[in-house]
Parts: sequence; C-alpha cells; structure tokens
Amino acid sequence: MAVTEVRISIHPAGLNPKDIAEKIKEQFPDQVIEVAEFRDQVAVIVKRDNIVEICRYLHDDPHLSLDHLQDITAVDYLNKKDVRFEVVYNLYSIRYRHKIRIRAQVPENDPEIDSVVPIWAGANWHERECFDMFGIVFTGHPDLRRILLPEDWEGHPLRKDYPLEGPEPDKDWPGFTEVLKRSKELREFEWEG
Amino acid sequence: MPGTYLPSEYLPVLIFIIIATAFGLGALLIGTIFRLKKPYYEKLMPYESGITPTGEPRTRFAIRFYIIAMLFVVFDVEAIFIYPWAIVFDKIGIYAFIEMVIFILILLIGYIYAWKKEAFQWD
Amino acid sequence: MLIDTSTTGLIQVEEGTKILPPNVIITTFDKIINWGRLSSIWPTTFGLACCAIEMMAAGAAHYDFDRFGIIFRGSPRQADCIIVAGTVTKKMAPVVRRVYDQIPEPRYVVAMGSCACTGGVFRTYSTVQGCDTFLPVDVYVPGCPPRPETLLEGMMLLQEKIRKEQARWSPWR
Repeated sequence: MAVTEVRISIHPAGLNPKDIAEKIKEQFPDQVIEVAEFRDQVAVIVKRDNIVEICRYLHDDPHLSLDHLQDITAVDYLNKKDVRFEVVYNLYSIRYRHKIRIRAQVPENDPEIDSVVPIWAGANWHERECFDMFGIVFTGHPDLRRILLPEDWEGHPLRKDYPLEGPEPDKDWPGFTEVLKRSKELREFEWEG
Repeated sequence: MPGTYLPSEYLPVLIFIIIATAFGLGALLIGTIFRLKKPYYEKLMPYESGITPTGEPRTRFAIRFYIIAMLFVVFDVEAIFIYPWAIVFDKIGIYAFIEMVIFILILLIGYIYAWKKEAFQWD
Repeated sequence: MLIDTSTTGLIQVEEGTKILPPNVIITTFDKIINWGRLSSIWPTTFGLACCAIEMMAAGAAHYDFDRFGIIFRGSPRQADCIIVAGTVTKKMAPVVRRVYDQIPEPRYVVAMGSCACTGGVFRTYSTVQGCDTFLPVDVYVPGCPPRPETLLEGMMLLQEKIRKEQARWSPWR
C-alpha cells in the first residue's frame, strides 16, 4: 500500500511480516490457502493438517526463530465463511523482534486440530481456553479440560449460536441452581435485624 | 508446732485467684446462656476457603519437636538451679563461684555433645 | 438536654439514656449491645475483582477504616460481616454462600459495587445478576468501583441499621 516499505523490526536481521509469509509459502506451498493483510498486519491462512510441522519450522528455523507464542485464540465465522472456525496463532520472535499470525481453518463437523504443546509449553492453557470457549479439540494435548467455566458446564459460550445471557434458568448450571435452592431453604437462619 | 502456719499475708492472692477464675468462667457461662443456638450443616463445616474440605484433618506430627522439648527441659532445669544460687551467692563467697563454674562446665560438655550430634539442626 | 429534676441530678442525654454526672451512664441493654456491635464491625475480606482495590484503599491510611473499629479478618469464623466486593460468577457463587454460612450470628452482608448489587455491566451467561439472589443483603453500595468514601458511607449506614436493632441479643426475645 505504501510506496516505501516501512521496516517493522528493529533488529538488523529482522524480517517484515510479508517476507515471513513468503518464506512459509515457499516451504509449504500446498498448505497455505491465502495470505491476508490488513494495515501492515499479515496473517497466513493454512490448512489444519500439518500445523505442527509448520509451527516447528517457524520455531526452529534460525532466520525466523519465532519462539514466543503470544496467544492462541479462535474465531467463529458462523454463516460467513464455509469453514466455521479458525484457530489463530500469534507468534513473535524475541531474537529478531518480528511477528506473524497463522490462522488454521477448522471445519465445524470435525472440530479437531493437533496441539502445539510439544513446541511451546505455554500453549497448554491457551488451548484449554479455546476448547472451553469454542469446543475445538486439540489432539495430543496432555490435559484437555475446561479452564474458565466449571467442569460440568454444558455448551461452548463463545460460539455465535450460544445465547449471550446464558441458558434458561431451568437449564442452568446445576451448581448454581443448587445454591439458589439451598439459600431459599436457609431463609430462616438469616439475620435480618 | 508443725501444721499451724497460716500465710495470712497471701490472702489477697487467694481472692485474686478466685475473682480471676470467676471472671473467666462467668464470661463463658453467660455466653452459653445468652447465645443464639441455630446450627445447621453448612455453618458447622470446617472452614476451607468456602469449598468442601478435602484431605486429612490431622497431619503427622514432626518428631523434631520431641528433641527440642527434651533439650528445653534439660537446660531450663539448669537455669532453675542457677536462680537460688544467685540469691545466696554473696553469703557463701568464692566457693559458690567455683562450684557453679564446675556445674556449668559439666552441662556445657552435654551441650557440645548435643551440638556435635546435630540435635540443633532442624533438617 | 432535659434536666430531669424529679430524680436526683439525672440528666437525660437522648431517648432512653441518662447520665448521672460525671461518669455514670444508665441506659438499656439494647443500646449498649447495639453500640458495642456497631463500633466494631469486623468484615471478612471477600474481594473478588476491582472493587477489592477500592476496599483496600478504604482500609489503608488515607481513608482509614480502623478509626471506625472496622478491622478486616481473614477467616469468616472471626468476622461479623461479609463485604462482597466484585463480580460474582456462577462458579464462585457456592463459595460465597458457604463463606456467608460460616460467619456466626449476628452477621451482615454489604454488597459493594455494581456487579455485586445487580450484576453490573455484565448481563452474560456466567455472571450472577446480583448477589442478593442467594444472600440476604443489608446495604447496597453502588459504584463502579465505589470510591472509598462511598464504601465508608455504606458502612456507616450499616452502623445506623445496627443501632436500630431491637432485642437481638438473646435467643428468647
């Protein structure tokens, strides 16, 4: 867009995000679906099949060295795109100070993707949160269970078809309805002055 | 005659003991009489930050406390022996001093033994 | 101040309290016990979210709580009241209720902040819309977060409420 390209990273060997995207496209030509760009932020949209290989290449390559996984999150494109979910990996290089975003498409009928915990140990809780909020199963994850909501909660709240105000009061989480019932029973023990 | 000594100067101490005991017991008794008695299950549960208690209620007792208690008793008895000696010291003179030094030296040998055997180490 | 001349030198200070100068006060059990309770409300700290910071600020040096006799206790067993400061989520609701249950009577509840009063801005799947759905709240302190002076006024309102209590010091009345 701009005539002169602005250098993003301040390290002399740091790359621009578009160059990193080019390198990924060279290395994995059949995995990359698209390179999306928005105001100098570049995202590489890939298929989910070889995500561990792609991430390991990004982590181990000496010129890329994307060793800091800043975030894993997911997006729900219900009725807007053909593939419903996209798992988004925000990667950063501490050494070269450049960054890239990888988006892996995950279909709705089989919401599974390989876990990148063997590469970055910090992915553990991020993947648990994605599972909790979207229902995307990360195969190979050492301990995939709900992290923010109670363990026996039903439903995945950040999906677009989950009601914002929660389920109906009679279909609510049983732990909470129990508290309400018990507090009604204990009404006689309240100190009302 | 034996058995007729009446320590009448200590009468205030007896009254003091009686009043202190009555005060403490009375506070507890009055509390029991005037307290609200409305127990229910959740109120009587042991407190564990609001969750249902997990784990053993009684943990194992460390054996190190026994050794510390033994050492304390021994050296505390030694200190108790020094108190009456200090009171009558000026009436006896130099012999008392030499005797006390010997006493403390004997106990010092025991102290060094305990030290070398690592009885003062916590772990 | 009315001078009660029918008895010897008793001066009535307020309704129901008489002073025999200089230092004998005659009053009712209710007043004394209520005065004792309101001058030493000991809350159990239940800071859940941002309101906890304002509660700490109210307890710190500038807006001192200790001059009102309010000392924060760590355990509900040693406390008088619970200040629910912050958003109550459905996962946390049983814990709040349990801590309230473990406070010995007389006990009071102060709902501090908009989230504890009514759920605040969060009308979502996981936020309880007000802790009064499962707790008997005595004083609501709104604000997001309420300034320490507001919380202080809330505690003073609680003191007024305790002052008006009648005959709550024994199991028979």
